[in-house]
Amino acid sequence: MIEASNISKSFDGKQVLFDISASFQKGKTNMIIGASGTGKSVLLKCIVGLVKPEEGSVYFDKRDFTHAGKELQTEVRREMGMLFQGGALFDSSNVEQNVMFPLNVLTKMSHEEKLERVNFCLERVGLENVNKKMPSEISGGMKKRVGIARAIVNNPNYLFCDEPNSGLDPQTSILIDNLIKDITKEYDITTVIVSHDMNSVLEIGETVIFIHQGRKLWEGANDNIAGSDISELNDFVFASRVMKELKESR
Amino acid sequence: MKQLGKFVIFIGQLFVRREAFQTYVKLVFEEATKVGYNSIFIVVIVSAFMGAVTTVQTAYNLISPLIADPVIALVVRDMTLIELAPTITAIVYAGKVGSNLAGELGTMRITEQIDALEVMGINATSYLVLPKIIASVIMFPLLVIVAAFVSIYGGYLTALVTGVISGTDYILGIQMDFIPFQVIFAMIKAITLGFIVAAISSYKGFFTVGGALEVGRSSTNAVTSSCIAILAADFLLAYLLAPLLTL
Repeated sequence: MIEASNISKSFDGKQVLFDISASFQKGKTNMIIGASGTGKSVLLKCIVGLVKPEEGSVYFDKRDFTHAGKELQTEVRREMGMLFQGGALFDSSNVEQNVMFPLNVLTKMSHEEKLERVNFCLERVGLENVNKKMPSEISGGMKKRVGIARAIVNNPNYLFCDEPNSGLDPQTSILIDNLIKDITKEYDITTVIVSHDMNSVLEIGETVIFIHQGRKLWEGANDNIAGSDISELNDFVFASRVMKELKESR
Repeated sequence: MKQLGKFVIFIGQLFVRREAFQTYVKLVFEEATKVGYNSIFIVVIVSAFMGAVTTVQTAYNLISPLIADPVIALVVRDMTLIELAPTITAIVYAGKVGSNLAGELGTMRITEQIDALEVMGINATSYLVLPKIIASVIMFPLLVIVAAFVSIYGGYLTALVTGVISGTDYILGIQMDFIPFQVIFAMIKAITLGFIVAAISSYKGFFTVGGALEVGRSSTNAVTSSCIAILAADFLLAYLLAPLLTL
């Protein structure tokens, strides 16, 4: 379980996060949603330690990660896997080398063991016979899958996904969403997903927090999101014509 | 001052939370190929012309019955070893390798590849930059040795082709009053300049913020800053070490 407690952050004097607290449950897909530029990616970066918050702490299974020494931070980070918005695959390495990378650096497994694990993970995300392809030779959806394979290759306890289906077609988006959800259940890990895609929220968001202008305005399950009386959340959820019509028909 | 402080912290980061030694050995070899082997062609071309021009210019400026012809080769040798081989090669190296390092790291930064390393618990500064600096410090002196050899040999060929000085006089000149410390001087310069180019260029690339435009800007800044630092270090080393040449 991950707990964010009273997180505040500003850049060049402009505050982007205001006293945000949230808890992300183990074995569930926890989503952070909100419009573009509301601070959800900054919150995710504060959680994974890429950005240090000015106030507040993030606890990974009761371990204070924000104020921990380098050793504990490294220990916690080695339990993390992260899928980045653009995949963040290493350009100069092929698919196999990308997925194998965490094993090369963080474990003492033999090459055969590593290869077996890599092939297992690639198979798990539905990719086969692409081991020797370079990132520039595969599609956006495949890059995301390779990113997921790399994120889970070292058996993480925590999985973070930053806009996992941005730039993907609706079918591939659903595929990626379901893959993340299945992996979360299968490995019983704590998954945190940043998204502004309502389809994803309704499809896989078991717990959802809504951020608006740097403040947490709502927290709950995706089933309850449509019944909220918070106007900012309603504006976000029912932004599209289809959703508006759906709401009016209910 | 803020930039200098940030640079010092950046260099300090290279030596903390390092990965296993074996990891770096492989990376250093890969980087050595990129920064050293791939630079040989341009270094050879520049050095050959550098030696040729130095020979011709020196010959036309030392036309006097009081100055023996071998002195021309002596001047070419001293200029090449003390100044031209390390400094001009460093400027060429900054243009080729420095811009490449900054571009590579800048692209890795904006495509979140550096963030991916950090999230994995890997010290990205140490993992990405330390091998580049080690490779540069090892390979640049070797490039300077190649540059010095090609430059002096280029001068010899120019002497033969143009006839500004005979081949025998040239050979005699390059052996005349040779001070072995000149070679040590050149190597001290080469190690320093190899470090400067790799460290500054990596620093500029590592802290790129923005998109493709900023990556290009980082590459340009890397070359500009490296060239200024090369000239400043050249002056400082000349001031500190030149007196030792006369001992």
